[in-house]
Amino acid sequence: MRVFAHSQPPAAPAAAQAAATPGVAPHRWYPPGTHITVRGLVKRFDGVTVYDHFDLDIPKGKITSVFGPNGCGKSTLINMISGILPYDSGQILFEGKEARETRIGYVFQNYREAVFPWMKAIDNIRYPLQFLDLTKAERQERLDRIVSAFDVPFDLNRYPYQMSGGQQQLVSIMRALVVEPEVLFLDEPFSALDYEMVMFLRGILQKVLKEREVTTLLVSHDLDEAVLLADEVLLLTKRPTQVAERLVFDAPRPRSADTTVTPAFVQTKTRALEIFQREVRA
Amino acid sequence: MNTTLWLRRLRPLLGAFILIAGWAILHAIGAVDPVLLPSPSEAARAFWHGMNEGTLGADFYKTIVRTLSSFAIALVVAVPLGIVLGASQRLYESIEFAIDFFRSTPASALFPLFLVIFGAGEQTKIAVAAFGAALVILFNVAYGVMGARKQRQLAARVMRAPRWRVLTDVTLLESMPQVFVGMRSGVSLALVIVIVAEMFIGSTDGLGQRVMNAQMVFDMPEMYAAIFAAGALGYVMNLVFIVAERRFVHWGGK
Repeated sequence: MRVFAHSQPPAAPAAAQAAATPGVAPHRWYPPGTHITVRGLVKRFDGVTVYDHFDLDIPKGKITSVFGPNGCGKSTLINMISGILPYDSGQILFEGKEARETRIGYVFQNYREAVFPWMKAIDNIRYPLQFLDLTKAERQERLDRIVSAFDVPFDLNRYPYQMSGGQQQLVSIMRALVVEPEVLFLDEPFSALDYEMVMFLRGILQKVLKEREVTTLLVSHDLDEAVLLADEVLLLTKRPTQVAERLVFDAPRPRSADTTVTPAFVQTKTRALEIFQREVRA
Repeated sequence: MNTTLWLRRLRPLLGAFILIAGWAILHAIGAVDPVLLPSPSEAARAFWHGMNEGTLGADFYKTIVRTLSSFAIALVVAVPLGIVLGASQRLYESIEFAIDFFRSTPASALFPLFLVIFGAGEQTKIAVAAFGAALVILFNVAYGVMGARKQRQLAARVMRAPRWRVLTDVTLLESMPQVFVGMRSGVSLALVIVIVAEMFIGSTDGLGQRVMNAQMVFDMPEMYAAIFAAGALGYVMNLVFIVAERRFVHWGGK
C-alpha cells in the first residue's frame, strides 16, 4: 500500500534522476513522494565505521521515527542529514538540494544548551527569522502565526531560565518551526521532561506538524514514543548501521496516550520490538 | 530576633573591626615604635584631612584616571583580538607561546623598555599598564571563546546564521563570564602597574608617588592614608565589575 514500507525500493516506478547537479556522481533514482535521499553515506569515528554505504529515502510531509540499538548512530544520522555533522563520503539531498539550501528546523535534546538564555523567549523564537529573506511585516506575521498555533499557556516575555524545562523545550520547538521549515529534526526532544509536559508537547507538535505537512525526522530512545508519533518507524541495525526494517503506522490522529492501547499500536510496537531484539542480539 | 539579624548583617565587618582593634591595641601598649605605627585615628585623620584639604584627593583622582585610561585602551585592543584568536584554533596555536611569554613577564620589568619608547611622561605609565592588562584580558577572552559550549553555536548555524553572526550573537555572549573574569583581573593589574609606575618612573602625583614620598619623610599617617586609598580604589573597582557582571550576564549560573 505504501511505497515507503520497503527497505529496498521497487525496481520500476517513475524514477527521478538527480541529474540536476552536474559533476556530482549520478544520484540513484528515488520513488516519488520522497523528500530526502541518502546515498552511499560513509561515516567513521576514530576508525570505527558507523555508516558504510548507507542508503535511505525519507518521505515528504511525513513523520519518520528513527529507532535502533545504542550506539548505532541515530543522532549521528540526523546530524549528518541536517548538515551539522560532516560525513566522510556519500550524498544527502533534499529534493535535489543540499542541506544549506533547505530551510531546516532542529530541536536538540538538551534544551538548556539550545535556547539563548540572554534573550527573552519571544526573541529566541524570533531569532531565526532575520536570516530569511522576509520583510519586517512578514516576519511579524510568521511570529504571530506560530504563537497562535501553539496557543502558549505562559508568558513569552520571560527569560528561558525563568521557565520550566518543558516550557524551554516548547520555546525551542517554536523557534525551529517559526521559519516554516521544509524539514524538522527532533533529537530525543522529550527525554528530559516530566510525563505531563511530554503528553502536552506530543499533542501540540502532532497538530502543528500535520497541519503544515512538515517532513519530520524524530530520534527517540523510547519505542512507545517512536511508534506513537510516527507515520513510519525506521528501525536500524547495530554498527555498521543499515536499515533493519521500516514499519508503517497509520493510526488516525490526533494520537494520545489512548492510542497506545489500541491493537494496531500494540501490533506495530510488538513487531518493532522483535526486530529490535533480533538486531541487538545479532 | 532583631539583634541576631543585625549581628548577621555586621558579620562581614568583623574582620575589619578585629584588624583595627588589634592595630589600636598594639599602638596603645607601645609594642611597635609609634613612629612606624601611628594610631588608627591618626591615620584616619590624615586620610580625612588629605581628602578634604590636602592633595590626597587630587592624587587619588590622578591614579583613577590613569588606571581607567589604561584599562580602556586594553579593553578596546584585547577584546576584538581575543575573539579572533579564540575563534581560530590555528591562529591561537601559532601565537600562544608569544602571548604566554609576555603575559608571564612581569610588566614592571618592561618599564625601561617603555621609558625608551614613550619617554618619562604620562604615556609610559598608561602604556605599560595597558599592555599588562591587555594580555590578561586577551587570554581570558580567547579562552572564553574557545571554551564556549558548541551546541548553541550549532543551533545558530542550523538557523542559517552566518559565521560572524554566530560569533557575535552566540559565542561572545556565551563567553561573557570569562570575559568578565578577564576584565576584573585586567583592571586590578592595571592599578598595580600604575601604582608601581607612579612610585618609580618620575611621577609628581598619584597615589604611588604619595606613598613613596610619605615613606621617605617618615610621615607614617600620611603613608597609611595613601595605602588605604589605593586599597579602597582596588576594592571598589572590583565591586563595580561584580555588580556589572551580575546585571549584564543576568543568565549566569542559571
